[in-house]
Amino acid sequence: MSKVVAVTGNEAVANALRQINPDVCAAYPITPQTDMMQRFASFVSDGKVKTELILVESEHSAMSACIGSAAAGGRVATATSGPGLALMWEMLFVASGMRLPIVMPVVNRSLSAPLNIHGDHSDAMGARDSGWIQLWSENAQEAYDNAIQAFRIAEHMDIRLPVMICLDGFIISHSIERIEYLDDDTVKNFVGEYKQLNPLLDTEHPVSYGPLILPDYYMEFRRAQAEVMTKVADVVLNVAKDFEKISGRKYGLFETYRLDDAEIGLVILNSAAGTSKDVIDEFRNKGIKAGLLKPRLYRPFPYEEIGEALKHLKAVCVLDRADAFGASYGPLFMDIASSIYHYKDKPILINKIYGLGGRDYMPEHAEIVLNELAEIAKTGKVKTFKEYIGVRE
Amino acid sequence: MATPLSLKELSKKEVLLTAGHRMCSGCGAPLVVKMVLLASDYPVVATSSTGCLEVSTCISDYTAWKIPWMHNAFENSAATLSGIETMYRSLKKQGRIDKEIKFISFSGDGGTYDIGFQSLSGAMERGHDMLYICYDNGAYMNTGIQRSSATPLGADTTTCPAGSVVPGKPQERKDLTKIMAAHGIPYVAQASPSHWSDLMKKVRKALEIKGPKFMNIIAPCNRGWRSMSNDAILLSRLAVETCYWPLYEIENGVTRVNVKPKEKKPLVDFLKPQGRFKHLFAPENEWLLKRAQEDVDKYWERLLKEEEFTKPQEEAKE
Repeated sequence: MSKVVAVTGNEAVANALRQINPDVCAAYPITPQTDMMQRFASFVSDGKVKTELILVESEHSAMSACIGSAAAGGRVATATSGPGLALMWEMLFVASGMRLPIVMPVVNRSLSAPLNIHGDHSDAMGARDSGWIQLWSENAQEAYDNAIQAFRIAEHMDIRLPVMICLDGFIISHSIERIEYLDDDTVKNFVGEYKQLNPLLDTEHPVSYGPLILPDYYMEFRRAQAEVMTKVADVVLNVAKDFEKISGRKYGLFETYRLDDAEIGLVILNSAAGTSKDVIDEFRNKGIKAGLLKPRLYRPFPYEEIGEALKHLKAVCVLDRADAFGASYGPLFMDIASSIYHYKDKPILINKIYGLGGRDYMPEHAEIVLNELAEIAKTGKVKTFKEYIGVRE
Repeated sequence: MATPLSLKELSKKEVLLTAGHRMCSGCGAPLVVKMVLLASDYPVVATSSTGCLEVSTCISDYTAWKIPWMHNAFENSAATLSGIETMYRSLKKQGRIDKEIKFISFSGDGGTYDIGFQSLSGAMERGHDMLYICYDNGAYMNTGIQRSSATPLGADTTTCPAGSVVPGKPQERKDLTKIMAAHGIPYVAQASPSHWSDLMKKVRKALEIKGPKFMNIIAPCNRGWRSMSNDAILLSRLAVETCYWPLYEIENGVTRVNVKPKEKKPLVDFLKPQGRFKHLFAPENEWLLKRAQEDVDKYWERLLKEEEFTKPQEEAKE
């Protein structure tokens, strides 16, 4: 039996963690994630989970402890935001290189300087190529659902990889929404028993983790890692299929919204997709064929599938909530450009940077962009390929 | 019953760090590891920070470790071990594991005094049931003998080379053993492979105490110390006999000096066989030698006073 509740994104994910009941969680406070692990800590204090908490002295140690715990042989989670994820950066590669199925909600936050605690995607984008799976979430419901699916994906014997669940700081983490909780037993059965693989605590069968690998074999190791990424999409889809059976909610590698017959489209991650969908409805009412694509599995990026979904459009705007300071395009833009690059006929792509450091993304921003796309689709002319929107000049 | 700490009995035990690892001939670190593992009658799970010991004992596809062992990164051996130990507690509480396992970290001074200091301090404060062992060779030997905060005053290293203006390392060593004692953990000790019985007794004692324990063990490095490759034991013995490396322990706030040399040898006896101190014997650096000796004397006096001062009441009356 599912239950309808009104909760924040942080509360929803904390509840998912309670239902999953990991063996160990390591955590360090950072806004806007803090409130999630605080809530989880009260589940520990009240005996509602069997989890042992490690309240570490930094995010670097949080990830280090998670790596140790996961290798020891049990289910592990942590959570972080912005600079905390940046501090973990070195260890992210160790977690994925050792193929440890750690799950980490990332409550997306901007990076310093200047210091800003609000939502944007600079943190997760900086970690996108660390060998972790990234699942992005539009709202609290998706964050909750992704958290539950993440453990099944991470622990799948075909891949054994760590997973980040991204949700927008404050916009989702701190806003109250209507969401549906699954009941505890359903989640418990869905996630299942943890399966150990080469646990350090099996002293009868000693294993060494973290060897030195010299140039003679390092590259083969890296290629094996690249190859395992190609198996992730199938695992994600299979887990989504099972999840639909218990929840009635359907998940894919990405979501399309009125895209099949669209001529112009937006590609956008997380919460701003919701705002955009409303504006797309308005444009459809005006007879303009607008649509939207929202990536869910952002790493590994489903290039082929997304290219197929977008190739028929005339003009597409990729909206990035993070910039890549290379005097080039935003990170999402570069992935979308790669996914349609090999098609002969393909949409004209433009890139807008929006919503940095918690700047609101308003319906009028989507309107401006869609009007511009309609003009590009008509004339084939582009004024600016990349610009900031919602910013003072 | 525990294996008696006699060479005869210990020689019958399996050595859990196998031969064939690639540590330099005459290195003190593998001696320390072997002694520690021989001392334990429990199964041990260990971690190491990046460093000589790590890169030389586990080069894919080979490992010298016959116990479960993990290298994570340079600065996080303690945090990593705290994660392993916590998973053990979690699984034990749930009845998913029942055997008694001990958790030990073997890390160098760079990974302990410097870059791993926060991780170590945090793990000790959190009270994990683990023994952290620093094998202290007094510099970043793995990267080529750069100074660390464990490098002694005046030592010549590649980042504080003895030159015409700067006569080696200008600063004294960080007193890490005392800093760990200041964490209020139940057991802290210094040991030396020259005094193997003392070292192994300390390991045994530490493993029987619940909570976080720290041991600092001197481990001569003939490459960095520029000494003979057969002098590791001699030099670690001289370190003890000159009181440069006092053998002491602090158990629940009570300090005990375990070895009091009958005749305290002059510090130069320890410095002279080491090329890294050669320049100190030039006439213009005499003041530095004098200062180094004064530092050792002062520290030793203070340690003896501390022993007296912390002595439990009953013992004091006797």
